[in-house]
Amino acid sequence: MALIVDFAVQGAQMLLVLLLAPLLTGLVRRVKARFLRRRGPPLIQPYRDLMRLMRKDVVLAENASWLFRVIPYLVFAATWVAASLVPTFRTGLLFSWSADLIAIIALLGSARFFQALAGLDVGTSFGGIGSSREVMIASLAEPAMIMVVFTLALIAGSTQLSTMAGYMLSPEVGLRVSLGLAALALIMVAIAENARIPVDNPATHLELTMVHEAMVLEYSGRHLALIDLSASLKLLLYVSLIACLFSPWGLARPDAGAEALAIGTVSYLVKLAVGGVLLAIFETSIAKMRVFRVPEFLGAALMLGLLATLLLFVSRSL
Amino acid sequence: MTATLALSCTAVLLAVAPLAIIIGRSSSATPVVYGLCLVASVVAFVAAVVHLLGASVQVRVTLPLGLPWLGAHFRIDELSAFFLAVVNLGAFAASLFALGYGRHEDAPSRVLPFYPAFLAGMNLVVLADDAFTFLVSWEFMSLSSWALVMAHHRDPDNLRAGYVYLIMASFGTLALLLTFGLLAGPDGGYAFADIRNEQPSAPLAALVLILTLVGAGSKAGLVPLHAWLPLAHPAAPSHVSALMSGVMTKVAVYGFVRIVFDLVGPPAWWWSMVVLALGGITAVMGVLYALMQHDLKRLLAYHTVENIGIIFIGLGLALAFKAHGMAFAAALAMTAALLHVFNHSVFKALLFFGSGAVLTATGERDMEHLGGLIHRMPQTAFVFLVGCAAISALPPLNGFVSEWLTFQAILLSPQLPSWGLKLLVPGVGALLALSAALAAACFVKAFGITFLGRPRTPVAARAHETDRLSLAAMFFLAALCLVAGILPGLFIDALAPVVQAFVGARMPVQIGVDWLSIVPIAESRSSYNGLLVFLFMVISGSLAAAAIHRLASDRLRRAPPWDCGYPDPSPVTQYSASSFAQPIRRVFGTVVFRAREHGAMPPPGDQRPARFEVELRDPIWDALYAPIAIAVGFAADRLNRLQFLTIRQFLSLVFAALVILLLVLAIWP
Repeated sequence: MALIVDFAVQGAQMLLVLLLAPLLTGLVRRVKARFLRRRGPPLIQPYRDLMRLMRKDVVLAENASWLFRVIPYLVFAATWVAASLVPTFRTGLLFSWSADLIAIIALLGSARFFQALAGLDVGTSFGGIGSSREVMIASLAEPAMIMVVFTLALIAGSTQLSTMAGYMLSPEVGLRVSLGLAALALIMVAIAENARIPVDNPATHLELTMVHEAMVLEYSGRHLALIDLSASLKLLLYVSLIACLFSPWGLARPDAGAEALAIGTVSYLVKLAVGGVLLAIFETSIAKMRVFRVPEFLGAALMLGLLATLLLFVSRSL
Repeated sequence: MTATLALSCTAVLLAVAPLAIIIGRSSSATPVVYGLCLVASVVAFVAAVVHLLGASVQVRVTLPLGLPWLGAHFRIDELSAFFLAVVNLGAFAASLFALGYGRHEDAPSRVLPFYPAFLAGMNLVVLADDAFTFLVSWEFMSLSSWALVMAHHRDPDNLRAGYVYLIMASFGTLALLLTFGLLAGPDGGYAFADIRNEQPSAPLAALVLILTLVGAGSKAGLVPLHAWLPLAHPAAPSHVSALMSGVMTKVAVYGFVRIVFDLVGPPAWWWSMVVLALGGITAVMGVLYALMQHDLKRLLAYHTVENIGIIFIGLGLALAFKAHGMAFAAALAMTAALLHVFNHSVFKALLFFGSGAVLTATGERDMEHLGGLIHRMPQTAFVFLVGCAAISALPPLNGFVSEWLTFQAILLSPQLPSWGLKLLVPGVGALLALSAALAAACFVKAFGITFLGRPRTPVAARAHETDRLSLAAMFFLAALCLVAGILPGLFIDALAPVVQAFVGARMPVQIGVDWLSIVPIAESRSSYNGLLVFLFMVISGSLAAAAIHRLASDRLRRAPPWDCGYPDPSPVTQYSASSFAQPIRRVFGTVVFRAREHGAMPPPGDQRPARFEVELRDPIWDALYAPIAIAVGFAADRLNRLQFLTIRQFLSLVFAALVILLLVLAIWP
């Protein structure tokens, strides 16, 4: 019986992230539009876009290979699995131990690896420009992220996200310099990984500034829908990750009853909304950087993460 | 029993070498030689695995060979059994691949005799139980592989590669010779058992460490002694490149582990700092070099340098923990390093086989002349992709597991008491993370430019799929990458006796853990389940595909590429290997390689095309090798005068030498 409930909760989480992801994207777009004094699309516009894309024919480039057609499913699968392993409303889900935070990062790395390959498959110059810039960004964002993981793992004594979130909820955490540095680095990495302003602009099709959009330029129909959904899932993943690590309040414990689960769900929704609004505010208040300023931005994140880890190596209480 | 069996296999291999010379001209030589090598390596592999898993009885064999008062000692213990398994697994795959690939060889008589000799040399190194046998086998392995590097000796690049390799290999053996000289002590007990009993003093032990790092490190490809490796490995035929990169570097790692963890006695605390720093630098430099390459095989060779760095990071951590008496942490770090030894031997061999298949199909190693091969060689493309994903440490494949374990070992290191290590280890962790991310970038480039896109030359457009036996070898290794990735517990448990013997503890038994996860310390601390991750990905991917195809749309039509409305049919408008690496070159290369880009635009009206050139300097070659080469050249020029002396001058020179020698002898205490 307990196993069935656990299965149900795990399944609920998988569905929850899948269903909420486009909503978060819609919220960010809407709030951004309001800040720019436009009316903006309705919140459910991303769902409509996805449905329409799924129903359309795929227009495939003549020389696209089998890999090009498989990659959207691979990217989606890796991102979805990663997103379902991050605690959202409850910690200690049935399969939460099957991959720790390092593995989740690596899963996202798999998704990116294949997406970058897709950019090169048709052999167009835009695909190439997108892929080569994406791997340059990733080559700095990933180590920065690993340093953030190191910091958190050293504080919590674990790389399991559930244990980390549980530790962050407990009073032993306290205020630490290293945590502050790690939070800052994590936010910087999240911005870069999700191709948000100032690193990349998700709304642009201005050729020379595109990174993510250039990479997926040749996709259409259901393939594009899956890629877009994966991008939304990734944004949701990072917001959930930041929420469960740095504002874990309301998160239900593994042994919690229905009431705690309800509190957990409501607080998760609130956190998502706050995260989306903050992201929109941040994006409207800053200009996009030149591509070759991005390494400096991410280098700063890497240094912050390294500094935080070093502090913990020097003293457990910093 | 196992030692005898392994030695008999080696003897068979040694007998195949002259046989290959005799039958070298006949058309059946290739299948006979590779077939015999295949059988011998399978038998030796099975023997090694049985020894590793079964009763770990140490077996000694002494043969009346070599020095008359010493004899040739052979022994198989846990460590040599593991490396024997790695060597023979690689040898099996390479022989299977060569059964198909060897048929395309232009001059088989230059490869066939040396190939079994090379295999035998590697086997003998891991079996040797005295310094003399070890050094002779080591040199035998070096020389036979040198002969294989020189197989295509008409190519001037290969000549240079062979020359550099010969010098570096002799230099490395010299360092090992001195190492064993120091270890053996004044009584000259060269058997490993005698060496173990002798505890060298602290400064001597430190000297031994440095010399081992030079000797074994130069063979493994540690920066800055890696210079020969990217020249020599690609020059050999591809199945030999796979063995040199995948297996011979591991034999060098064996030499390092054998001396530093076993023979020399308990480590001092600062040893690990040297090893860790070298490992971290090697990992990052190796991958940065690789990113700048556009020769497929050279890129792979530079990647070997990177992976050797990762292995040495694991070994350095194990040394640090061992020196501070933290046996469990040391077991974790050592398991990570040894697992990476195995993993790298699998996927690097696979990737070199793939490059060999591309080479036979197109005659090209330069990625700038390839492209679009996925259409013409779909099966090779698939297995090469698996290898690329595995080496980039992507879950659920095997490369990720060993890197994950290394990260877990790093996370245990704040408990180390020494301050130097406390400051060094986070830095090394950052270098490891950086090299992992750059490796993924590098293999996007390697696969994307070679196999994806449109063919850049007519040869690439006319490529054809490789033969069945080569494909079988590649599919075998690709399957191994997946199995080791989703069931890592089996491999970790198999390594437990090795680790137990060398650091005095082992990782917890993994096979009994629920759902076949791996749990290095405790489940609340960290765990990873490759099998479940793999299953989840398969299920969610197929679920998405089924749902969309059934409920939404499964229609598809082909059209010209979109490319924002301006597709250009010429294949030169695609991204090339060098343009793909441009952003990374600009970020890292300007500092490390002093990369400069020159654009030459012809004046208006001139019909010549504009040219773009990239200038890269190799910092290590410039700082270390070039001065030595200049000094040697200078000295040779000066000494050259001796050739033109008169007979009187010669005689007085000889007399002076004699007087000086006698003086030295008289003054010598």
